[in-house]
Amino acid sequence: MYGFLIAVGVLFLLSIIWMVYRIQTLVSVVKGSDKKIASSSNKVNAILFIVFLLAGGALMFWYSIKEFDNYTLPLASEHGAVTDNLFWITMAVTGVVFIITHILLFWFPYKYQYDEKRTATFYPDNNKLEVIWTIVPAFVLALLVIGGWKAWSDITAPAPENSEVVELMGYQFAWEVRYPGMDNVLGNYDYRLINEVNNMSGVDFSDKNALDDFSSPVVYIPKGEPVLFKIRARDVLHSVFAPHMRLKMDAVPGMPTRFWFTPTLTTEEMRVELGNDEFDYEIACTEICGRGHFSMKKIIKVVTPEEFKKWKAEQKPYIVNNPALVENLSVELKELADITISEHK
Amino acid sequence: MATASVASHSAHDHDHDHEHKENFITKYIFTIDHKMIGKQFLVTGIFWALIGGFLSILFRLQLGFPDMDLTFLKPLLGGWIDDGGKLDPNFYLALVTMHGTIMVFFVLTAGLSGTFSNFLIPLQIGARDMASGFMNMLSYWFFFISGVIMFISLFLENGPAGGGWVVYPPLSALEQAIPGSGMGMTLWLIAMTFFIASSLLGGINYISTVINLRTKGMSFSRLPLTIWAFFLTAVIGLLSFPVLFAAALLLVFDRSFGTSFYLSDIYISGEGALPNTGGSPVLYQHLFWFLGHPEVYIVLLPALGITSEVIATNSRKPIFGYKAMIISMLGITILSFVVWAHHMFVSGMNPFLGSIFMFLTLIIAIPSAVKVFNYLTTLWRGNLIFTPGMLFSIGLVSFFISGGLTGIFLGNSAIDIQLHDTYFVVAHFHLVMGSASFFGLMAGVYHWFPKMFGRMMDARLGYVHFWLTFVGVYLVFFPMHYIGIAGFPRRYYSFTTYDFSSAYTDLNMFVSVAAIITFAAQFIFLFNFFYSMYRGRKASLNPWRSTTLEWTTPLHPGHGNWPGEIPAVYRWPYDYSKPGANEDFIPQTVPLSATPESNLPHEQELVKLEKEIIAEEGEVLVANESKES
Repeated sequence: MYGFLIAVGVLFLLSIIWMVYRIQTLVSVVKGSDKKIASSSNKVNAILFIVFLLAGGALMFWYSIKEFDNYTLPLASEHGAVTDNLFWITMAVTGVVFIITHILLFWFPYKYQYDEKRTATFYPDNNKLEVIWTIVPAFVLALLVIGGWKAWSDITAPAPENSEVVELMGYQFAWEVRYPGMDNVLGNYDYRLINEVNNMSGVDFSDKNALDDFSSPVVYIPKGEPVLFKIRARDVLHSVFAPHMRLKMDAVPGMPTRFWFTPTLTTEEMRVELGNDEFDYEIACTEICGRGHFSMKKIIKVVTPEEFKKWKAEQKPYIVNNPALVENLSVELKELADITISEHK
Repeated sequence: MATASVASHSAHDHDHDHEHKENFITKYIFTIDHKMIGKQFLVTGIFWALIGGFLSILFRLQLGFPDMDLTFLKPLLGGWIDDGGKLDPNFYLALVTMHGTIMVFFVLTAGLSGTFSNFLIPLQIGARDMASGFMNMLSYWFFFISGVIMFISLFLENGPAGGGWVVYPPLSALEQAIPGSGMGMTLWLIAMTFFIASSLLGGINYISTVINLRTKGMSFSRLPLTIWAFFLTAVIGLLSFPVLFAAALLLVFDRSFGTSFYLSDIYISGEGALPNTGGSPVLYQHLFWFLGHPEVYIVLLPALGITSEVIATNSRKPIFGYKAMIISMLGITILSFVVWAHHMFVSGMNPFLGSIFMFLTLIIAIPSAVKVFNYLTTLWRGNLIFTPGMLFSIGLVSFFISGGLTGIFLGNSAIDIQLHDTYFVVAHFHLVMGSASFFGLMAGVYHWFPKMFGRMMDARLGYVHFWLTFVGVYLVFFPMHYIGIAGFPRRYYSFTTYDFSSAYTDLNMFVSVAAIITFAAQFIFLFNFFYSMYRGRKASLNPWRSTTLEWTTPLHPGHGNWPGEIPAVYRWPYDYSKPGANEDFIPQTVPLSATPESNLPHEQELVKLEKEIIAEEGEVLVANESKES
């Protein structure tokens, strides 16, 4: 019944539009206005451009100011301050260009709308102008690029020696986090060793650096110290995106990638600053990876360096939780493994 | 040969051209007339635009109204709507993928370039037809086959390809990773192969036609900017589409023959480790974007060319900086091949490459800026007539500015770290490439409709269509900048998993409503288009009082375009409002010697030369006449 009423309504509406359309066509034929070069609609369109300019501009400014705190994400990394700064400088420069060009673009149609008594100015070229508006944008862009290039070089420079290393491995549809343990060296891995029961990321325990490696459900990192994310994937492409850290790097099967940064605020400090007790830093996936692409959430907990040390010391290596992992090792390694296991008992 | 016989025949006798008795099939289906092929591309493009647009409405429903009960779509989507009335996440990804593929390739490449390059090149350079009418026909039919295959893939049980329009491996290579990478992806690859063949056949034709078949006097420096744009577009396509073919071919090998070009170190849950090692997914990205970035300009340049023509005509003013426009298009053409890796700043490629591509990318902004300033100066002190085509052209310039400026953020690798693959990128390319090119297409349709069908489209419906679409596009894509700055990643089925993206449900709803209204507004155009084709007002020969050659043909040009000799060209195409002239436009076919009152000093000098040429030509003509009779 509902459907029928809606159909009738739509039909009714369409027939009204149709009639209005026919009538106005006939009227314009009678008036002969369809013979004119520019009809009265010309003026209406010219005015509409001005209306659009004013209304659109007002809406943009109003919303941009009102919502500023909502669309700017809190910042918690050192390099993020630099890239945010670049972002807003670029916003200022392009914003000015955007506004000026749009004022001209919508004001000219109003100002120079068709008038039978006027002729357009024959003005085919002016090389001086062309040179000016080639060189000025080139100069401005050069400045922006140099700023970006400096920041990019710093961000992508090799990580400092003393960085805390964390390995993030993307898979459908979650992240596996691995820490190098007390030696701060991650053990080797091989995708053929992956075993979904007890070796999610294919750690090779015949490498002695792997013996103290441990996993964590949450990414713990210390505030104020360089942290190096070693990133890889085991099935398809993923991408580590930590929006508050201004960090993004693809996870590529067969090609490990990395990104290092220095967190500036602990989770607690950020909670206080935002007045939100439930705030957490998050990691999302930003490279399409299948059905669960939108739900590869991982929490980052930024803590003070002291808390971090304490937490790290408390963690139990893979082999402690799963002694079966080292059963087939050589005698020497088995001894080492037993020492590690006894230390954590 | 064929063109010559058409010329002499129809010049003398209209009634008995037995050779050209056409039946339905040769006239409308397997036609080799460039005008009909252009219309075939246009109608097919409109069909695909509707499909592509409709798919976007489906996923906007999911994004704007995540809690909505979509059971009413079950008759259409069947199993993709689950019992709770929710859209399947895999199908969501397939929708996004097919929307992108259809819009980029089928609508804005074939629908835009295919329509207007075919329709306008011979008409505007003064040729009987394309260099090879047969290849031109093949070009359309390969496109058609490609479309049929892609269309079939929409109805597969496992759904069409779902790895994003870029179809990055390993996702696109592994059926286990996403169901769309099964048969759907196979059909996608086959369809794209046909599409590439179609583009190349078309492109070779456009290039050779422009180089070889220009009429007397139509030097490159007298070509309308539309032709320059189509020509350069074809050059870009010819150089870049084969690389996409290479990328696709290697992907086919990886998918079907066990090679490891793109695959390495892969473990599939529940299945175990795959044997592939040594491949690189980043290799695919390089190959893909070597087409993918030039593709942006394949889509955009024709729209800019059309706009140049429409703005100049309706401003009653020469396009400002004709040479600068050509040089900037040449610059864009060349630079478009050396910026591809700016799509890959955070793909894991060497950061040093990132720096190089950042510099190159921001250089390409300069010719784009020059074009914008030239458009603005063309409007300045013009005498502007707002035909629907003109409105859409002005709209294009606005989108080109808005979307172009955000490119300066994304081309800067340091800023791109945060913005990459967020809605900021979605906003950027939908404005600068999607909407701008779409508006170019619309401007072209409104402007050349009288030449295509001999009737006028209704202007008022055109105005309504323009304003609804123009405002609508901004309401859809402008808010996405805010969502993007807030870090919302693209291709997300739902935003509520994360705290940082849990806000803005209101804005997403707003965008979806705006999208639905904008899509609905396109039906005004559809009505106007098909109604005017049969019942529109009869057009006059040169309704926009334009200078270019196509308006010197009869109202319904036959195969061969001009019944008599092809007119010669004596001047550039932008003699609008020339001081001293009687009218505010002088067609290209009017000799300089016929307009001593408006000639510029250097043109006055050309008059002598021109007179000699005309005299020479006259002799040839007389000789021909006597030979034939």
